[in-house]
Amino acid sequence: MRFDQRHLLGIEPLRPDEITTLLDLSDKYVTLNRQREKRSGILSGLTQINMFFENSTRTQASFELAGKRLGADVMNMAMQASSIKKGETLIDTAMSLNAMHPDLLVVRHPQSGAVDLLSQKVNCAVLNAGDGRHEHPTQALLDALTIRRAKGRLHRLSVAICGDIAHSRVARSNILLLGKMENRVRLIGPPTLMPAGIDQFGVEVFDDMREGLRDVDVVMMLRLQKERMDGGFIPSEREYYHRFGLDAEKLGFAKDDAIVMHPGPMNRGVEIDGTLADDINRSVIQEQVEMGVAVRMAAMDLLARNLRARPKEVMV
Amino acid sequence: MTDTLIFNARLIDPEAGEVRPGALLLSGGRIAEVFDTPEPEVGTDRVPAPARLDAGGAFVAPGIVDIGVKVCEPGERHKESFRSAGLAAAAGGVTTMVTRPDTLPAIDTPEALEFIRRRANEAAPVNVLPMAALTKGREGREMTEIGFLMDAGAVAFTDCDHVVTDTKVLSRAMTYARSLGALVMMHPQDPGLSAGAAVTSGKFASLRGLPGVTPMAERMGLDRDIALVEMTGVRYHADQITTARALPALERAKRNGFDVTAGISMHHLTLNELDVADYRTFFKVKPPLRSEDDRQAVLEALRTGLIDIVGSFHTPQDEESKRLPYEEAASGAVGLETMLPVLLRLVHSGDLDLPTLFRAMTLNPARRLGLDCGRLSTGAPADLVLFDADKPLILDRFKLESKSKNTPFDGARLQGKVLGTWVGGQRVFG
Repeated sequence: MRFDQRHLLGIEPLRPDEITTLLDLSDKYVTLNRQREKRSGILSGLTQINMFFENSTRTQASFELAGKRLGADVMNMAMQASSIKKGETLIDTAMSLNAMHPDLLVVRHPQSGAVDLLSQKVNCAVLNAGDGRHEHPTQALLDALTIRRAKGRLHRLSVAICGDIAHSRVARSNILLLGKMENRVRLIGPPTLMPAGIDQFGVEVFDDMREGLRDVDVVMMLRLQKERMDGGFIPSEREYYHRFGLDAEKLGFAKDDAIVMHPGPMNRGVEIDGTLADDINRSVIQEQVEMGVAVRMAAMDLLARNLRARPKEVMV
Repeated sequence: MTDTLIFNARLIDPEAGEVRPGALLLSGGRIAEVFDTPEPEVGTDRVPAPARLDAGGAFVAPGIVDIGVKVCEPGERHKESFRSAGLAAAAGGVTTMVTRPDTLPAIDTPEALEFIRRRANEAAPVNVLPMAALTKGREGREMTEIGFLMDAGAVAFTDCDHVVTDTKVLSRAMTYARSLGALVMMHPQDPGLSAGAAVTSGKFASLRGLPGVTPMAERMGLDRDIALVEMTGVRYHADQITTARALPALERAKRNGFDVTAGISMHHLTLNELDVADYRTFFKVKPPLRSEDDRQAVLEALRTGLIDIVGSFHTPQDEESKRLPYEEAASGAVGLETMLPVLLRLVHSGDLDLPTLFRAMTLNPARRLGLDCGRLSTGAPADLVLFDADKPLILDRFKLESKSKNTPFDGARLQGKVLGTWVGGQRVFG
């Protein structure tokens, strides 16, 4: 069992065995989280700072809960309201925070690569909670854990990712992770919401839901990110729902035991039918949220172990 | 001024397209004689011993004429001044800097141009020839005083990376420029497609989650410009042609006899989009770095002469403008001092020969601007560079003369060192 990372910046740097290590540990935390007494002292004495430069409720809450259950001192910083507005650069913000000696820094930022940049300037372990359209590694890991628990394995599965691939960091991290673990990935969506060069990612691309969903094991819906649209990617929400929204009829093309996933928050009636989202026989959306806390606990646990194994660096 | 003899040299002659052993006699700021023997018999009465320089078999070539240098005066002198840019140029073998008007404010009046000429003359050790804006404030609405600006010494007109979107304004400016014989330099790019882009679209852009621009945007910009050239008959130079898709349009325009030339930057010849790697902002240039296929295609176009001119597109940026998330970071890289060793990589790898490279850095830009330099022949200005093409070095950006240190080649292993630079017969470096 090895996990050699200093930070968790994305799925791209992870080896398949590191992913397995992380998921195995996550399973243990799922068990812990289901007990009445959920506390572990594994991060006690460490400081975790959540820096969210972009609005988030669930991810931030999930990270906060994960840290608290492991006994870390957790601090939340809402960065939109902060010094950024006063003109401070990201690097300066990072340097000031670094001076407070945090051990774990959880960062979400609207710019691709910003978390990577920040990680170069601090001494602590950095967890990417989503950067621009680049990566959202803990989301892909919690999705992987959900799939593995539902399907009993995380290889040789056929997984369809549907919707706004172009603007989605969740899609990128999932494509990378599922590819590393040797699954077949299908992407379904209108061509205007597909990123360029997608044919070189080792995935199959469809612009027809029925064709794309045929015999898949997992259906992963993405949120149609209205706030990311520069305008004019799709004609209207209703046409989108008609062609790409997931309902019982379209899901009928997938395998009978196919599971339905969504990273949340959902737009019911835009990308997914409300009744289907609540169908406990098909939808694992609630499990995904549960797995999120466990995966984040595992990630912080592993990074903290590496942090403790390293000699304390001299501040610069 | 005393005469100088540079002997025991290998002369790179871009006109003849050859490298041959020889010597040069410099007199009165010009090349007085070119010898075909490395050690010609010139009496010490003509050139005394201290004015004789044994090149030791190193190369002598015409000094580089670099079209598209940004000197940040006026407006951002903390990034680069005429003094620092001039020192960088001299250290890099660039003897003529053709400067861009995209300063703050833009060089769009004869008065502003006069300031440039005065500052340049007193501060820079190399020749400085300014370009002026094509439209006022580079805003694409009204043409500048092209006639007055030419009288004041503008050698070409360009709005740099601001594409003039109003074709009526552009066609009038081109028609007016044509009547004066002015050279117009454009940045071929479709502004709609390239808006907000930080990299070239494709697998790499998608992996990094960065907004990309399709290479087709360059071809669309070039196609539009060429149609306007056909309409107005203006003398046209595309600043940078960086994609394979734009090359057929360029080839067609030349074949049809239009007065069209094209340039490319040193960076697009030697780097590709993958060099950006983990969001390294020093590799952010405009247009963005392209795919390896594109790089190979433009390299071939340079070999065949379809692309005429290579420049550094020297663009100083301070650390603060670059230490930002990739999308927010400023574009551009410094290149005056690194251009020669970096482009020599292409010679060492067998992609280019020295005469072809120097043709694109000296003779072609000089001819395009109607300058007398860029040649190694009797009567040409004694603007020269002496360099050792093989000497290895590891580039240290903090040792560059430029005030800004934003080079993508920091730490790169290069071969090629400038040993001496002469401008008008005066040694300005080495």
